[in-house]
Amino acid sequence: MTKSFSLRANAGRLGAALIAMVAAVPALAQPIAITGATLAIGDGSEPVQNGTVVIDAGKIVAAGAGIAVPPGAKIVDASGKWVTPGLVSGFSRVGLAEVPAVRETNDISANSPFSAAIDVAPAINPLANPIAISRNGGVTRAVVVPAASSGIFAGQGAVIDLGADMSPVTKGRAFEYVEMGEAGAAEAGGSRAAMILTFKMMLRQAQDYAKAPAAYDGNSRDSLLNRVDAEALVPVVTGAMPLMVHAESARDILAVLALRQDFPALRLILAGATEGWMVAPQIAAAKVPVITAGLEDLPSAFEKLAATQSNVGRMVQAGVSVSMGMLTGDDALQLRVANQQAGNMVALTKVPGATGLTWGQALRTITLAPAEAMGLGDRLGSLQPGKAGDVVIWDGDPLEMTSAPVAVWIDGVAQPMTDRQTRLRDRYATPDEGSLPKAYEW
Amino acid sequence: MAFSNRGVSLTVAAVLLASSATPLAARKDKDERPASQGASAEPENPYPSTYRPYGGRPTVLRGATVFDGEGGRIDNGVVFLSDGKVTAIGGPDTPIPADVVVIDAQGKYVTPGVIDIHSHLGDYPSPGVEALSDGNEATSPVTPHVWAEHSVWPQDPGFSRALANGGVTTLQILPGSANLFGGRSVTLKNVPARTMQGMKFPGAPQGLKMACGENPKRVYGSKGREPSTRMGNMAVNRQTWIKAREYQQKRAAGKDQTRDLGMETLADVLEGKIMVHNHCYRADEMANVIDMSKEFGYKVSTFHHAVESYKIADLLRDNGICSALWGDWYGFKMEAYDGIKENIPLVHKAGACAIVHSDDQDGIQRLNQEAAKALGAGRRMGIDISDEVAWTWLAINPARAMGIADRTGSLKVGKMADVVLWNGNPFSTYTRPEKVWIDGALLYDAFDPKRRPVSDFELGQIGAGDVK
Repeated sequence: MTKSFSLRANAGRLGAALIAMVAAVPALAQPIAITGATLAIGDGSEPVQNGTVVIDAGKIVAAGAGIAVPPGAKIVDASGKWVTPGLVSGFSRVGLAEVPAVRETNDISANSPFSAAIDVAPAINPLANPIAISRNGGVTRAVVVPAASSGIFAGQGAVIDLGADMSPVTKGRAFEYVEMGEAGAAEAGGSRAAMILTFKMMLRQAQDYAKAPAAYDGNSRDSLLNRVDAEALVPVVTGAMPLMVHAESARDILAVLALRQDFPALRLILAGATEGWMVAPQIAAAKVPVITAGLEDLPSAFEKLAATQSNVGRMVQAGVSVSMGMLTGDDALQLRVANQQAGNMVALTKVPGATGLTWGQALRTITLAPAEAMGLGDRLGSLQPGKAGDVVIWDGDPLEMTSAPVAVWIDGVAQPMTDRQTRLRDRYATPDEGSLPKAYEW
Repeated sequence: MAFSNRGVSLTVAAVLLASSATPLAARKDKDERPASQGASAEPENPYPSTYRPYGGRPTVLRGATVFDGEGGRIDNGVVFLSDGKVTAIGGPDTPIPADVVVIDAQGKYVTPGVIDIHSHLGDYPSPGVEALSDGNEATSPVTPHVWAEHSVWPQDPGFSRALANGGVTTLQILPGSANLFGGRSVTLKNVPARTMQGMKFPGAPQGLKMACGENPKRVYGSKGREPSTRMGNMAVNRQTWIKAREYQQKRAAGKDQTRDLGMETLADVLEGKIMVHNHCYRADEMANVIDMSKEFGYKVSTFHHAVESYKIADLLRDNGICSALWGDWYGFKMEAYDGIKENIPLVHKAGACAIVHSDDQDGIQRLNQEAAKALGAGRRMGIDISDEVAWTWLAINPARAMGIADRTGSLKVGKMADVVLWNGNPFSTYTRPEKVWIDGALLYDAFDPKRRPVSDFELGQIGAGDVK
């Protein structure tokens, strides 16, 4: 092969890859039928054998055992493999940072004159390597959460898909995010008392803004919010936009639930809730969904003294809708540990005195439950008919660490299974240099 | 104690005597004998271990799948623990003594206790408040005089989680990585104690923590001090080794010089008494350190966090250096950008020494699962490593890299009875430790709420004694 020929070939391959990545091909004309799999729906039910999933026009058409393959469908044989809905990370910062410690690549938080009005959606980089790496770990959707650094409100989060295309946002302005524990107290000047007052006064000022926007003076000494942030909090007060509240301790959780006494329309989502098990009946009664870390079991902070891995199981038993996410760091990178979090919940069922989850329940915490927490339970998160065609084929039990995805679809579109890490792996499959340095192997 | 089967019993007892008595005596000697030669000589062990095994009933684990920690596997195995030691190990025909506790372990797995070569428990304990943050003496890039053991807070609740959820029986506590020379490490038995000395692994060599790359240059560069670059890192390292060699030569010759704690550490490294544990991510920096170690005549035991070891696995093999690695961490900082899941299997495949480490209070509870990630990733690329061989990453390999392989790290007759009974295959996410023995003492039992340590910090707090 001549050098020029190989260059041309490479250029062609690169071009095709870029086109595939940039042009979000919505759906294939041909239905896809994945057959013969151990199939889990994601709704909490246990997996079934010899399951079939049919995807057409980007949506799930049918899934279960004994499903007929529609005529003309492209059949994907998944015998000996497992099939699940794409995993949904209930809490992440994926797409907001390429290398979190490299400031230039990190869009997670800002020292900004704005807070509540900040919208993460336009900052999400669908070409960030952690998106592809997470997708190859079976994660197809993620809740993306801004971080607070200019007051207790961090801004508006989004739900995204992790597809290899340039349109990541499934739902922008999906929720407002506020800090209400140790971090919230720090942002409010140093005490929880100041934090609660700040929260209430900010929401009252948003109400003032809603009544008479033109009269609202965001610059006066009494103003806690500039006009832009006041406007952003209006849908929070009216309940048009959910409010995700980060609180860990039992007492902070109760304080958050009590906010509805002053603002009855608040649509609360609890993030963190490490001590949620202590007040699980109250959370369940308030019908507030929880997104938690799952494996926290250390008093890593004074607001987490009662941490236990049984937190999830105990809350689920009490009737709380529980999802899992990246509450304890690596939130921009390691979304693929969702299956590890879920698998460990199953492990707890064999530990005397612990409270775990069944396999199906565990999968639900990383699929349908986070979708429901975001108000998207009718659109994604499980393999029920009419939902997004987000499907993963695994080479083994998806909650085992030795397993991995072998195929991923998002909205019915087959995703590339390579990423920067697989390329590095292949380059260094043997450490020896060939006739030319490694840099020529690609 | 009596043995039910004739013949083999004597052999077992003889092996027990031979293998435990002599090393114990030698160990005690090395650990506790104060020494003083020459004006600058240090007392060899001024903070001696007071750890003593807690004792336990002679116990037989019968019927389990056994990974011996050195790559061996016994199906339907028998493991006998007595007097704090592994006193017999073998197949189903292994004679079982009478009057001992017999645990039916069919369907379960037995392994040597997990060894974490890289932990900051006690130095960065829970709760993570500033008042308890004692892991980095970040006031100078060269602090070989500090000893991590003097920061260890034995009441860190993290120790108990590592025991109960992770099956960790031995761990090395290292200073942090802010400094080029971070200080001396300490190896602990994972037993609750009132004092650090009560946890200290008798006779384990100390380590020296060193750090490459971003952390030292960032911490000191941001203060307008050297080093602010990687070349600055190397220059300060080399300048320090020059001084250390002078100090060591004077000390060896018995010449008068002012005793210098930091230089004593480095002189001990140059004399091979202290093992070097070098935080180093990038392949190119590891190569520089290897050359530096040859320039000054010391040996690197292990590169820690070495996310790029897979790029130079041949170099690491040829130089006999271990890599202590995560299962899947990558990208959180620039020097971690090229981390891949296949790092551990690729290092292993090249014939170099791979170790799974945590550097994390949560990760230490699931080192078996981190190993499983690596195992699966390796198998998918055609590197076929058996479960029992993969267990070396958690057992004999870290034991060797920490200089304690003659005492623990595998289920060999005469070694410490540091043993985990798992309720399933330990590479499964669904598996947890059921019982953990340290020196033959049952220190965790999933079926006995009282065999679950509760630290002073947690006692009387909400959730104390809860299944964590």
